[in-house]
Amino acid sequence: MSIRLKIISEMQRIAAEQQVTLPPLNDDLSLHETGFDSLGFAILVARLEDDLGIDPFTISEDAAFPLTVGDFVRAYENVPA
Amino acid sequence: MSPREIFTLRDYLGPELKGRTISDARQVVSLTDILGKSCLVGRFRELSGRSVLLAVTDQLISAIAMTEIDGVARRMLLCPPDLNADHVKTLIEDAEIDAVVTDQPPRWADAGVYLVMAARAPVPAGIKAKTERATEWLMLTSGTSGVPKIVGHTLEGLTGAIVADGPARGAPPVWATFYDIRRYGGLQIFLRAIIGGGSMVLSEPGEPIADYVARLNARGVTHISGTPSHWRKLLMSGAASGFSPSYVRLSGEIADQAVLDGLSRAFPAASIGHAYASTEAGVGFAVNDGLEGFPASQLGTNRDGVEMKVEDGSLRIRSTRTAHAYVGRDAAALTDSDGFVDTGDMLELRGDRYHFVGRRGGIINIGGLKVHPEEIEAVINRHAEVRMSRARSRRSPITGSIVVADVILADGCDPSRSDEIREKILTDCRAQLASHKVPAMIKFVTSLDITAAGKLARHDA
Repeated sequence: MSIRLKIISEMQRIAAEQQVTLPPLNDDLSLHETGFDSLGFAILVARLEDDLGIDPFTISEDAAFPLTVGDFVRAYENVPA
Repeated sequence: MSPREIFTLRDYLGPELKGRTISDARQVVSLTDILGKSCLVGRFRELSGRSVLLAVTDQLISAIAMTEIDGVARRMLLCPPDLNADHVKTLIEDAEIDAVVTDQPPRWADAGVYLVMAARAPVPAGIKAKTERATEWLMLTSGTSGVPKIVGHTLEGLTGAIVADGPARGAPPVWATFYDIRRYGGLQIFLRAIIGGGSMVLSEPGEPIADYVARLNARGVTHISGTPSHWRKLLMSGAASGFSPSYVRLSGEIADQAVLDGLSRAFPAASIGHAYASTEAGVGFAVNDGLEGFPASQLGTNRDGVEMKVEDGSLRIRSTRTAHAYVGRDAAALTDSDGFVDTGDMLELRGDRYHFVGRRGGIINIGGLKVHPEEIEAVINRHAEVRMSRARSRRSPITGSIVVADVILADGCDPSRSDEIREKILTDCRAQLASHKVPAMIKFVTSLDITAAGKLARHDA
């Protein structure tokens, strides 16, 4: 499964758990519009770290928090292996 | 015995009771003629009036040395086996130690202590110790960080609950404990065995649990105590079958309904009690109705003179069984100005029972909200598929922290059902806990660390 697919499927799972209705997840959608609150993102980042072994937001101190779904996915895709 | 008379352990070790023993995995020593023997080759008189550090690896030799030193030394500091060597110097200064009783004399040669005395397996000694004074008993707190605090007790205070409970009915009990007897919970059991005219089976560090249970059976153990973590470990091992004690006691951690029910299923013939005690507050009370928590009616003064109240959410205890002071140059006050010890154990009233929800210092902070991990664990542990769990915080770059739970599944639970069990646990957590307390992640693990004091290790607490 690609990183993108993993992220999307984890978001769908968390949305179901948190009873959030996700709009269609395209790259331009702002993270704010996903309906996730900060706890939702915290869970997402923690689970992805367990799954992928990386947390791009703590690796680099100055990593800007992404604004859109596309930014978020790229943050994971661009972590050097 | 008049109240003013000094009583010591040797008063309970007369030759009139036959067949009493103390044993570990390597040897069985008769308590019936123990007063004629010595671990100190009869040199205990040199300890008269001294402040003694008892630093013996072996529990059995420590136990016998305690009976020789009590009533002779001014004070006796019990040193648990895992004492951090970096703290020794401070403890020696704070407790004004001028003698060390040890099985490793060379290690203490440079400690700057006046007298270093070797302790060995007991041998017949020509002279018997005479009671000269009431020895002060010093114990160390089992906190995980920093120098442990030195807590001062008297034998009278330490044995207050034992004397109040009176002798066990029927044959003298054979006691065992998972604890080390140099800790408060273990010392209570050793004292129960001595004062109750019974026998004692000691734990052995690193001993496989099945071997320990075989030893409990071989020695006919009737009464046994440990922390809920000790008991969960035994239940998990599958070694409990075939062992049938008549009394099972839990202390040192919150006894939740799951572990109480698990023990009553495993030991249907046993009475099961959970006791509240701490190194500082002494033995508060025991609960024997099989339910977690305790009846609110126990607040106030009980028939043994133990006073309990709840203030700022925590249990406060005043009694003759509490320690009398912290010992040392910069020691804090142990009680408030009214003589109450703040236990730091937080209570919540639900219906007519108080439930322990956690330690004041063990609170984890989730997005600015306070969470007791024990409260979450209690909900998780209620599932039949779960043997044990630990809730902890996991730092998150976004909310600060989230709650994650590590869960050990019960024996025979099919690991392929883990997704289904995770969902079940989360559904219950959502129904019973505030949303910030619901674990964001549940991880299934095969083991959880237990500290040397027998408690679930909480690295983030």
